Parts: sequence; C-alpha cells; structure tokens
Amino acid sequence: MIRFDEVTKAYPDGTVAVDELTLTAPSGQITVFVGPSGCGKTTSLRMINRMIEPTSGTITIDDRDVTSVPATELRRGIGYVIQHAGLFPHRTVADNVATVPLLTGTNRRQARTRAIELMERVGLPASFADRYPAQLSGGQQQRVGVARALAADPPVMLMDEPFSAVDPVVRDQLQREFLRLQEELGKTIVFVTHDIDEAIRLGDTVAVLDVGGRLAQLATPADLLATPADPFVAGFVGRDRGYRALAFVSAEVAVVPEPTVTLGEPLARARDVAVDDWVLAVDAGHRPQGWLHLPDGGGLSGDEVQPELLNLGGTLAPAGGTLREALDAALSSPSGRGVVVDDDGRLVGSVSAATVLRHIDTAGAGVSPGGRA
Amino acid sequence: MTDNVLVWLNDPQNWSGTRFTPGIGAQIAAHLLYTAIALLVAGAIAFPLGIVLGHTGRAGWLVSVANGLRSLPTVGLLILLYVMVSPLISGRGDAPYLVPTEIALVLLALPPILANTYAGVRNVPPDARDAARGMGMTGPQVLLRVELPNALPLVFSGLRSATLQVIATATIAAYVGLDGLGRYVYDGLASHQFGQMAGGAVLVAALALLVDLVLALVQRLTVSRGVSGRFSRRAAGGDGRTAAVTELTAGSGEGRERGGNDAEDSSRPVAVLAPSGKHPPG
Amino acid sequence: MTSAAGSAPWDLFGYFADHRGQVLELLWSHTWLSVLPVVIGLLVSLPIGWLARRYRWVYPSVVSVTGLLYTIPSLALFVIMPMLLGTQILDPVNVVAALTVYTVALLVRVVADGLAAVPDDVMQSATAMGLTRFQRLRKVELPLAVPVIAAGLRVATVANVSLVAIAGTIGIPELGQLFIIGFQLSVNGPYYPPIVLGIVLCVLLALVLDGLIVLGSRWATPWQRVVAAR
Ligand SMILES: Nc1ncnc2c1ncn2[C@@H]1O[C@H](COP(=O)(O)OP(=O)(O)OP(=O)(O)O)[C@@H](O)[C@H]1O
Ligand SMILES: [Mg+2]
Repeated sequence: MIRFDEVTKAYPDGTVAVDELTLTAPSGQITVFVGPSGCGKTTSLRMINRMIEPTSGTITIDDRDVTSVPATELRRGIGYVIQHAGLFPHRTVADNVATVPLLTGTNRRQARTRAIELMERVGLPASFADRYPAQLSGGQQQRVGVARALAADPPVMLMDEPFSAVDPVVRDQLQREFLRLQEELGKTIVFVTHDIDEAIRLGDTVAVLDVGGRLAQLATPADLLATPADPFVAGFVGRDRGYRALAFVSAEVAVVPEPTVTLGEPLARARDVAVDDWVLAVDAGHRPQGWLHLPDGGGLSGDEVQPELLNLGGTLAPAGGTLREALDAALSSPSGRGVVVDDDGRLVGSVSAATVLRHIDTAGAGVSPGGRA
Repeated sequence: MTDNVLVWLNDPQNWSGTRFTPGIGAQIAAHLLYTAIALLVAGAIAFPLGIVLGHTGRAGWLVSVANGLRSLPTVGLLILLYVMVSPLISGRGDAPYLVPTEIALVLLALPPILANTYAGVRNVPPDARDAARGMGMTGPQVLLRVELPNALPLVFSGLRSATLQVIATATIAAYVGLDGLGRYVYDGLASHQFGQMAGGAVLVAALALLVDLVLALVQRLTVSRGVSGRFSRRAAGGDGRTAAVTELTAGSGEGRERGGNDAEDSSRPVAVLAPSGKHPPG
Repeated sequence: MTSAAGSAPWDLFGYFADHRGQVLELLWSHTWLSVLPVVIGLLVSLPIGWLARRYRWVYPSVVSVTGLLYTIPSLALFVIMPMLLGTQILDPVNVVAALTVYTVALLVRVVADGLAAVPDDVMQSATAMGLTRFQRLRKVELPLAVPVIAAGLRVATVANVSLVAIAGTIGIPELGQLFIIGFQLSVNGPYYPPIVLGIVLCVLLALVLDGLIVLGSRWATPWQRVVAAR
C-alpha cells in the first residue's frame, strides 16, 4: 500500500506541480494517475521512489516513510518503467534486465537465468538475450523495460507512460499482456498515463489529476464513467462514456444457438440451414471462420463451402464477457447476429443487438456502476 | 627523388645510429615518449574535468574556451612557449627543449580530449541516465556503469585526434631542437639531404597511421557493440530486423556517427556540443 | 633585422610599423596559401561527395580514405609532396597541394552528408514535380546542403590558416616566417614582437575568412535568415 499524505511539490521556480495530494494506492492493485499534460503525474510518481523530493507531506509504502531508507536502497526495491524504456544502449537485453540483481550482488549466472526467465514472461524469446537495445523494435524495448523493472521481484512497480511510445496495435497487445501478467504477479502498481482509455482499461483505481496538481477524483473506472465528480472530470473522461461504461457490465444476455456449416460441406446444405440468407461457417473444431451470404438465386461459384467465399466481418464476443463486447459483436456482424465464443474460441451461440439493447433497457446497465468484467 | 628516400631508409646505419647520432629506432622511441608524456598529462587533466563538467552540466564555457585555443597557429604557440620558458630552465641535456615543447603539446592535446569527453558524457541518452538512477544506482555507479560506456566512442575520438595532433606537433618541435623523427626533416633540410628529409616524413606518417590504428583497435575492443552499432550476425538470430536497424542507422546522421568504421570515428566532428569540429593534425 | 622597438610582446605594433612591407607581403601569401586549397578542394569534393551520396558503396571507402589522409601530419605531407609532384622542396605548390588533400578529405564527407541531409519528402516532391536528376541536384539538394557545406568550409579554412604557418619552418614565406624570425632573434633572451604579431595576424586572418564564409552562406540561403529572424 502506497500512501500520499498531503504531499505538495513546488519547484524552485514557483510551479506547484502537486498540491496537497492525499490518496492511497492499495496493495496488489493497479492505481492509475491520469490527467492532462503538466498536471503533475510524473512528479507524483517520482516522489514515490524519491527521484524527486516533496516540498511537504509524507509518502509511505506499507506504513514506512520512504525517507526512512537511503534513496538508492529504496529504489532497488521498487520497479521503475519509463516512457521509451530508457534501456542502456551499451548492454545486451539480458544484462539490461539483470541490472538490479547485479547491483545487489546476485552472481552473474543466476542473474542471467532469471533475466531470461523474465524475458519469456513478458513475451520475448530467449534468443533475444544477447541482442542490444538498438536491435529491438519499440514494442520489444518496452517489454525489456518491464522485464527489467520486474527483475528484483519488487512488490511495488512505478510505470510512467510505458506504452505511449508505441503504435496503437502494439499498445493494445502490451496492455493485454500487462493485465495478464498482473493477474499472475499481483504487484502494487502505480501507473501514469494521459490516455483516459488506457486508464480505464488498466486501472483498478483511477486518480484523475487536474492541472496544478489537484486530485479531481479517485474512483473505480466504472464509477468514473458513471458519476464524474465535476465538469473537469466529465470533460476529461470525454464522449461515448455511456457506451464505454458498457465495458464494465457483464453481459448476462441470452445466447441463442446458431446454425452452422462446416468448411468443405456442400453449399446445398448451407442453403438449407441459412437464416435470413446468412449462415455461419465453422472449422472442424467448431471455431467460427466467417459468414456465408446466400441470397435467393444468388449463384455462388463452386459447390463446397470454401474459406474464400466467406465474409470475415464481425468481432467475436467472449462468453461471459461485457455488454460492450456483445453489442460490438452484434453491430459489426454482417448478419446482424453477434458471434459468442468460449475461451478456446469455440462457438457458443449468437446474440442480436436488439437483445443487448433490451437488456440495457431493463437493467439500466449503462448508468449504474457495476463490477469489472 | 623517391630513390633517395629508399636508399636512406634502407641504410642499416641510419637505423642503428652512430656514436654521434641516434638511430631511427631511438628517434621513434623518443617521438613516442614525448607523445606519451603529453597525452598522459593532458589526459590526467582533461579527462576527469570533462567527465565532471559533462556529468554536472556546469561550466560549458570552459569547453568553449578550450575550443577557442584550437584556432591558434600551432607553430606560433610552440615557438612562443619555447622562447618564453626555455630561458627559465637552466637544466642540462634535453630539459630546455623538452619542458617548453611538452607544455605546448599538452596545451594542444587538452581541447580535443576535454571537448569530446564533455560532449560524450552530455550526450548519454537522458532516459538511460534517468533509468539508472531510478533503479537505485549511486552517483559513481551511474557514471561508471552507464555514462562512461556510452561516452566512450566520443572519448576515443577526442583521444585519437589529440594523439595525432601531438605526434604532428612533436615533429615540428624538432625545429627548436627536440629529438624525434622531426630531426630528420629539419637536419635533412639544413644539409640538403632530401632522402633523409623525405624519409623522416614518411616515417612520421607511418608512425601516425600505426598509432591511430592501435587506438582504433583498442576502441573496437572496449566500446560496446550496442553503442558502436557493430552487431554480430549471430545475435541477430537470422531475421531481418538487424539488417533493418543497421541500415537505418547508416542512413541517419546520428546513427552514422556511431555505426561506421574506425577511420570516421576518429575524425568525426563533435557536432553537437563542440562547434569547432574536425581539425587536421598540425 | 633588429628594430628600434622593444622586445616585449606588446611591441608588436612597433615591429609591424618597422616591417610593414615585409609583414604585409607575408600576410598576403599566407592568405592565398590558405584560401586556394579550399577553393580547389571544394571543386574536387563536390563531384566525389555527390558520388558517395549517390552510390552507397562508395561512402565507406571514401570515409576510410579520408580518415587515413587525415592522420598524416602536415609537415610530413609538405615534404612528401615533391616526391609525388616532382616539384622543388621550397615550392609553395607543395603547400597548396597538401592542404588541398586535407580540404578534400574533410569536404567530401561534408558534401555527402549535406546532400544526404535533404529530407526525403523534399526530394520526392522534387521528383514528382518532374525535375531531372541534375535539376534536383542543382535546384534542391545543393542549395539545401549549403549550410552544411559552409560549416565544413569554415573548419577547413580556419585549420588551413594554422597549417600554412607550419610550412614556415621549412622556409616557405608566409606568416610562419615571423615565428622563425622571432625564434632566431631570441638567442639572447626572448624577443616577442614578431612571434606575437604572427599569432595575432593568423588569428585575425582566420576570423576574417571565417566571417566571409558565414556572410557568403547567409547570402546563398535567404530562407534560413527568415527562420532565424522569427
Ligand atoms: N524541474 C522542474 N522545474 C520546474 N518545473 C517543473 C519541473 N519539472 C516539472 N515541472 C512542472 O511541473 C508541472 C508538472 O510536471 P509533470 O512532469 O509532473 O507533468 P506530467 O503530468 O507528468 O505531464 P506529461 O503528461 O506531459 O508528462 C508542469 O507544469 C511542469 O512544467
Ligand atoms: Mg510525465
């Protein structure tokens, strides 16, 4: 648990970067600091590992004042990930990851073994161990940065916009893996971002900071979307927040069975089972492959169901997922029926947009806070 | 003409020397000794100073002043110092020549070492420095484990241009009476023995090339490949990324500075912080 | 050679007054010995630099060769030149040739890098507008490379002023002669005026030539002035 107690930071030039900040980042959870540029997120974060000393107030980690140990010792026990990763260009990936263990006297062989273990954990092949940072892509460098912060197995991790320097696709992937990793590790994480979507996706708790270092709201993502504390937060959370709030409500909507054809079956059979001219094609493992359109009299060439005949549109909603996922699957499906799959990607059934909307109507799901999916 | 040079270089007596004149071997040794003294003294001053100034980011003006020294004519400085200092030294043997010339050589070696060390430490990626502190490295650890290894290419380029400058100027110092390979040039000129004169010049050129080559090798051995950009094929693991990266760095200005071969490292101007750039040896 | 003026460093003015004709002559030859190699060197470097830019494989060899040339001490090069050119040892042509070698060694890389520094989108739009390769070079690449090339010219020129003086020690008349004169007159105690005068004139000459290149480069790149003024 990290506690800020009336922490203020005024820089020598008079800028008040953080103003009487009081908040608690619970153990084993992700607390996100989010806010516009210059609102004091980085300053707040760096006061935790004393890269910046507060002007007044105290910060405690598990009830121990951070100033009670020497700064270097404190920092070795706290993982720190920064934007652009800040890797050491002159050291190989493995040596970068092993930095803190080597500092604290772990022998080289052990440190290297551990480094390679961690690399695999963050999704880097062990063969990258002897590469240099310049030989990695931005996303890979960022993973090394995370692995390096994890190396000493610190209970606390500080992350300053770790995913902001990569493109949206890679960012999405990194975020997903980050959540998976946190599920395994259960670290106490303080995460800084200026991207509200990232904050909502990753945070157990989100602290919205306003310019001047004022804490505007501290809440769960769902609360934040449902009941912004003031116009600043409402504005910052932005449009579509009703729709985005659906991401925090689990979809307890009825899934109906969906008729299917298997790849390689005759088209004639597909015509027999099609509903509203559309039929879902699956592979032998019953995994959805795409939609087959069979308009009346429409002559499809060939006489078997082949992959190249399929319409690949439509996202897949996981069974037990959120309303947002279910609605998105329905809206993006060419047949109007959203495909629901289980954890192994096998077909469960389908939902229609109307069903989801009816559920929202009756449950009032969009406006009331719910648990995280 | 070339024949004269070959004859002179091939004469064993010129190499072994006589009772009255030292041989080529001895002159090379003397030349190297003068060079080493000057570099050691200059390095002992400029290297720590450059590191401290670069580390703290303070007193950048001192680097500019040192760079300003570079526009002084080296012969003028040499002779001025000789005329000034040598009457003060009532020593025997070489001292009246050696002390003033060494002072001049040190003065000439200071600016490139200082400016490049300073720029090298300044140019360490700030993210890497920040991460090092954030992971709990102490000040000296940040310096030794992160800043120095990354500054090394520029430090070497400063050392190498200082070395060439000193070897070149030590040759000219023969004019005021110092030993070394310059003796052959000026003695040959005075006695109209062109073979000896040009032979000395050839030896000086060869010595400079050789010393620079040695330093280039040391540089190659000490600078991390991650910094020099000289990646081995083995670590590349066979995919295209390394090729893409090296290609890319070869194309960008900054990358080229680090990515190329040794000849360029030595003479690359320190464009970022030392505006005077590349200077030929005197 | 003795003069009515004293032997202190600040007596350089008196020394200058006494030897005006001779000093000006030395200054003049120093000037053209410094400038001529830069002019020739630039003319030689432009095509080679362009080649190094155009054909990637040329670049590394150019870099290696120029690096090697740069390690050769200038006095050695002055003395070796007659061997290569068949000139007399005291012929000023040796100095011009040697300094041209240095200038080329420096400028080839500068030209190649300068041309390479033209942003890709600029080149592509020039191509898209239908400029031929030569037109692109003349109208786009060269003008945009002027600031970089000018910076290289400044370094080469300032260095040349210092290097020319070295030729004085092997008897070629230019400002370096003043150091020699001072050295020879210092047998019975330091005689500073010619030495200090030589240093001052060398520095002044370097400053003036440097300033001229800056002015020339400004004149050739009016768009840069606009940016600087903002
Ligand atoms: N060393 C400093 N001296 C003076 N003011 C500073 C210093 N560092 C930061 N500031 C100011 O403090 C305020 C908060 O800075 P901080 O870096 O914490 O912002 P941030 O929220 O991380 O912004 P960003 O999202 O842009 O990274 C800003 O107004 C900034 O200009
Ligand atoms: Mg920040």
